[in-house]
Amino acid sequence: MIKAEMAGTVWKVLVKEGDTVEEGQEVMILESMKMEIPVEAEEAGVVKRVVVNEGDFIDVDADLVEIE
Amino acid sequence: MFQKVLIANRGEIARRIIRTCKRLGIQTVAIYSEADEKSLHVCEADESYCVGEPPVNQSYLNVDAILAATKESGAEAIHPGYGLLSENAGFAKRVEQEGLVFIGPTSEVIEAMGSKLEARKRMASAGVPIIEGVNEAMASATEAAEVAAKIGYPVMLKASAGGGGIGMQVVHDEAELLKAFEGNQKRAESFFGDGTMFVEKFIAEPHHIEVQVLADQHGHTIPVFERECSVQRRNQKVVEEATSPFISAETREKMLDAAVAAASSIGYTNAGTIEFLVDANEQFYFLEMNTRLQVEHPVTEEISGLDLVEWQLKIASGEELTIERSQLRIHGHAIEVRIYAEDPVRFFPSPGTITKLVLPQESGIRHEAGVEEGSVVTPFYDPMIAKLITTGTTRDEAVTRMQQALADYVVEGIKTNIPMLRDVVAHPEFQAGRTTTKFVEQYYLPEVAKK
Repeated sequence: MIKAEMAGTVWKVLVKEGDTVEEGQEVMILESMKMEIPVEAEEAGVVKRVVVNEGDFIDVDADLVEIE
Repeated sequence: MFQKVLIANRGEIARRIIRTCKRLGIQTVAIYSEADEKSLHVCEADESYCVGEPPVNQSYLNVDAILAATKESGAEAIHPGYGLLSENAGFAKRVEQEGLVFIGPTSEVIEAMGSKLEARKRMASAGVPIIEGVNEAMASATEAAEVAAKIGYPVMLKASAGGGGIGMQVVHDEAELLKAFEGNQKRAESFFGDGTMFVEKFIAEPHHIEVQVLADQHGHTIPVFERECSVQRRNQKVVEEATSPFISAETREKMLDAAVAAASSIGYTNAGTIEFLVDANEQFYFLEMNTRLQVEHPVTEEISGLDLVEWQLKIASGEELTIERSQLRIHGHAIEVRIYAEDPVRFFPSPGTITKLVLPQESGIRHEAGVEEGSVVTPFYDPMIAKLITTGTTRDEAVTRMQQALADYVVEGIKTNIPMLRDVVAHPEFQAGRTTTKFVEQYYLPEVAKK
């Protein structure tokens, strides 16, 4: 499970369920304090679930994307 | 003079404006979002109005709610501070149409200076030096490549509506330009709603030096010296000082003359800043005009003895400037650092609760803070939480005071850039006054990597 490093808003979701991702690939862009924060996949795999939607407010440690 | 002013901003700048209003006997009205209900600026104002939910587009950019609060409070004028609605020509126009006073220039001037291309054209006709480039929009990547070939690489690809480095990229050859054009155009389109692109010659390792001007509604414009703002990260300023340790007295006079010509030629009124890029040979070129109070205005106040917010209020209420350029003197030196709630290495934001805050209180230190111990720094707004300003009779004295103040400055509970600021101010190149816009990449980041 990829978790949020900081509180913010989900700006763009770059993957959908079933997508294959590589290690280091950007899966989402968060916005916090007027800055875009890219979220990367820590390991290669398949997107099982995208937990959040664009525009959602998220807290630190919130679940973002599940990869297996 | 106004009886009551609404401040359409938050944090340290709202508090800064309230302070001068109080000294002048002007009633103050604060606005706040639901996230800022307990903020210091709300407590310090005479009245306050909630203008919406935490995200800025629902609160601090909510024009209807802000105008409704102004009407209800009976305020005659709106001070926009910096950022947010301060350079929004549509907002200034609405304020004018409602019969209120916008504390700044006219909406027409804001609109013209908001377009980098339009500003280029106007400055060129006023005789202000501009960077070699084009004065019209590039219709396609191929057209941009033709122009770039004439100017000579490297060139700077720029979005006319851009800001904060967005929609801007240095390109070194045609292949790179063709690749970069569309992406930057799209980003400018999505961020600013305007994908107009143009091309300028790239200036290597420039200094970023800007001139403060004050202009009244009776045709008087005076320059209030310059600020050196070259130390930047992510195209945002981190350390600013007045005056510039780089330029000669002769260059200073030329830059002040150019700034007055620039402001006068567009009918500028109120406080404004002309930003210049200055190359290694002290040749300077117009970069852009900021039609508002700057974050770094305190360094100018410290060396000139003027209260810029006081002059903004006086000018907006129709008073004449009673000071002349020849009367202004440079008193010593001033340095400002911006304290950001962010990781000092990756520059990523760090919202959270400030569990401990100690602000050093020796002489020659000025604080502008938007927070106190116990404040919650939310993820909704800009990461700048405070500014620290030191002064001295010489630059060395101001630098030494800054080093001591940063050593004594304590913020706990969130990460801040204070460790970075300590390293920057202690660096021999900074101490020697050799600061270009490449400072952080050239000196700070390599040393962090070594550690």
